[in-house]
Amino acid sequence: MKLLRIIPDDTSFGFMAFRRLSFPFSALISLISVGAFFAIGLNFGIDFTGGTLIEMKTLTGKADIASVRTAAAELDLGDVEVQEFGNQGEVSLRFGLQPGGEKGQQAVVERVRATFGKDYEFRRVEVVGPRVSGELVQSGILGVVLSIIAVLIYLWFRFEWQFAVGAVIATLHDLVLTMGFFAITQIEFNMTSIAAILTIVGYSLNDTVVVFDRIRELLRKYKKMPIAELLDLSINSTLSRTVMTSVTTSLALLALVLFGGSVIKSFSWAMIFGVVIGTYSSIFIAAPVLIYLGARVSGDTQEASTESADASQSTAR
Amino acid sequence: MLRYSRAKIAAVLFLAVAGFVYSAPSLMSPETRTALRESTPGFLPSWLMPHQAIVLGLDLQGGSHVLLEVDSAAVLKTQVATLRDDMRRILRDEKIALAGGLAVLPRGVSVRITDEAERKRVVPKFRELVTPTSSIMGGGGQPAMTLVEDQDGLVTLSITDAGVTEKIRKAIDQAIEVLRRRIDALGTTEPNIQRQGVDRILVQVPGLQDPKRLKDILGTTAQLEFRMVAEGNSSSPDVEMLPQTEANQPPLPIEKRVIVQGEDLIDAQPGFDQRTSEPIVNFKFNIRGAQRFGTATSESVGRALAIVLDKKVISAPRIQTAITGGQGQISGRFTVEAANNLAILLRAGALPAPLTIVEERTVGPGLGQDSINAGKIAAYVAAFLVVGFMFVTYGLFGLFANIALIIHVVLIFAMMSLIGTTLTLPGIAGIVLTIGTAVDSNVLIYERIREEARQGRSMIASLDAGFTRAFATIVDSNVTMFIAAAILFFLGSGPVRGFAVTMVFGIVTTVVTAVTMTRMMIALWYTRARPQKLPF
Repeated sequence: MKLLRIIPDDTSFGFMAFRRLSFPFSALISLISVGAFFAIGLNFGIDFTGGTLIEMKTLTGKADIASVRTAAAELDLGDVEVQEFGNQGEVSLRFGLQPGGEKGQQAVVERVRATFGKDYEFRRVEVVGPRVSGELVQSGILGVVLSIIAVLIYLWFRFEWQFAVGAVIATLHDLVLTMGFFAITQIEFNMTSIAAILTIVGYSLNDTVVVFDRIRELLRKYKKMPIAELLDLSINSTLSRTVMTSVTTSLALLALVLFGGSVIKSFSWAMIFGVVIGTYSSIFIAAPVLIYLGARVSGDTQEASTESADASQSTAR
Repeated sequence: MLRYSRAKIAAVLFLAVAGFVYSAPSLMSPETRTALRESTPGFLPSWLMPHQAIVLGLDLQGGSHVLLEVDSAAVLKTQVATLRDDMRRILRDEKIALAGGLAVLPRGVSVRITDEAERKRVVPKFRELVTPTSSIMGGGGQPAMTLVEDQDGLVTLSITDAGVTEKIRKAIDQAIEVLRRRIDALGTTEPNIQRQGVDRILVQVPGLQDPKRLKDILGTTAQLEFRMVAEGNSSSPDVEMLPQTEANQPPLPIEKRVIVQGEDLIDAQPGFDQRTSEPIVNFKFNIRGAQRFGTATSESVGRALAIVLDKKVISAPRIQTAITGGQGQISGRFTVEAANNLAILLRAGALPAPLTIVEERTVGPGLGQDSINAGKIAAYVAAFLVVGFMFVTYGLFGLFANIALIIHVVLIFAMMSLIGTTLTLPGIAGIVLTIGTAVDSNVLIYERIREEARQGRSMIASLDAGFTRAFATIVDSNVTMFIAAAILFFLGSGPVRGFAVTMVFGIVTTVVTAVTMTRMMIALWYTRARPQKLPF
């Protein structure tokens, strides 16, 4: 049987030379992302803004979205966002935070039920008060910051500081781009999105660590090799794994996008985007950054003086 | 690489079989599971017999998640009021007449006692309030109150932060008991009621059709009072105007004095009035309540008696005759459901303080089932795609990886069933995602084996080097994933936490299945087939 090979065995691509292109490119799309984040802003869900989300499904065949919109606007509950989704007459209504603190939110569901209760089945009701939404914002930000710090510390212990810095630069790059993705696509940003972001952080680092592991190994093995060449060699030798894992992960995510239902869909899109940029940043950002940080393996400072002795050993290999 | 002790092989096989056995109950009917549990021999711990199905989150089985917050201000207010009453009682007992009276502060009560002899008598009594008997378990050894004596005779008792926290903690404990009684009375299955943080209670009730009823039952304090309707002068300080529950009815002047309270009820049942066949609530007092009620009604025949629930008048019937039997009925133009609810609330008792709903998430059973179906399809499709891709890329080795992958997913389910963690919709997404990432360990190993083989090593040396060298990378790369998932677990709530759980379990099992199990399969294959070159 002829087996599939995506990356040929003798691939040796000059990735490091690409940094003159990839750095400005990344800088540009990061700027666009930051711009989109501030100019367009995120489409925050009620987890973070507080408010009421109601999903209902028609009991009478076809949902009349126009009349739902009119009736919802007449409820006098401030701005309401009405959306039709799925293909079986499902409608979602999103109301902002009502005045009157925690107690003020409770009236919304009752009013909506009174208006639509006859023709629609209520499939999902979520009410988030002002205090809880504030706390969710806090824990969301805290989670992302904490995970980056924790990983930075772990990598610092496991590798050298240059590697930790390189990994964090790449991760921040992914984070900025993911925020840009949420701003441009206007996919709803909620607690599930925080889960997506943390998973992207985890995935991107996973990818980076695999490349870094190889760099460290080769740094020990070929002490004389110019750093750029060594990085190229490391990336090329792990490239086939990097691509394989991106493909299997994307296949799983694709299944989620196509069949996982509406809640999972936005999460999965963000994740697919994250897998692509996570893979890109491991190769084109994290590794080349090491050139500028002067990556070395621990113990090298002493060994540098006895380099001639080492050289004979490495040529013997 | 090739030598495995029988014990090691047995251990791995046992793990795989245990995975299948413990995840199996999820596919059985509830009856079979109960039968399995009951057939466990007495000398075995019950978890040993596989009978636990995976627990589905509310977003999958449908149900309501309600987060309630106790009104801390109200708790403090009651606390200050109790303190004021206690101090007033002491002053009365000591027969001390005050010029200025008691001053109620936001966090305490102060009183000016100018006469030094009187002050000497009273202050030790006040001190007894400050060191209450609850010091057995008191708020971490910190005093609940402080007493300060000024030079000009001003004595101030203030409630400390520890005192307030302790009181809120107690209020939450009481409220949880009351809520449990109320929800049990609704007849729902397996409600989950637990404290969250300092001043919150999380209530999770699966499979409820009508969350409005649940919220009505949770959000009512249910402080029932029997008080006289004031006659004549309604501007007296002992009278207050209270609204009526029935719409479009004017407020009534009600005496502040409470004759009997809800805590003196021993039973309340919904019923129908024999004459009007209107829904009513029949109640029964304890002995103390019956006595007080008897005395009050016999003294006030002909007057109106107000039944007040949470500062609203339900009804104010006229007293026809003295009611001495300790039984009575509340009528108030109820619907059948309202009468039912009121009976439940009265039986369960009043909440120690008002609770406010700060978060509510309800999923209907229809949507839950749709989500399960969608998740299943996505999981099958993902598994099919990944398994197929691994096979066309690595052939026989891909097959080994795929067997390990299946055991990996089964182990996640088994662990979740055994530990009893909840499977949520994001959790399903997490499992599907681990289907994609679990094979990463295999990919790392296989690619490494190929590299080693290309460098001219023998087949067995390449296999060995591949596993050994890739292992360090597998650990490093999984630790980073693990950190992200663990942080998500501690910060997330509900469904998102379910995602973190499956990710964490997935990372743990992948190291076992993708590394140890595939390694054994390859070793067995190698010793049997003695191949000359790699099959991929």
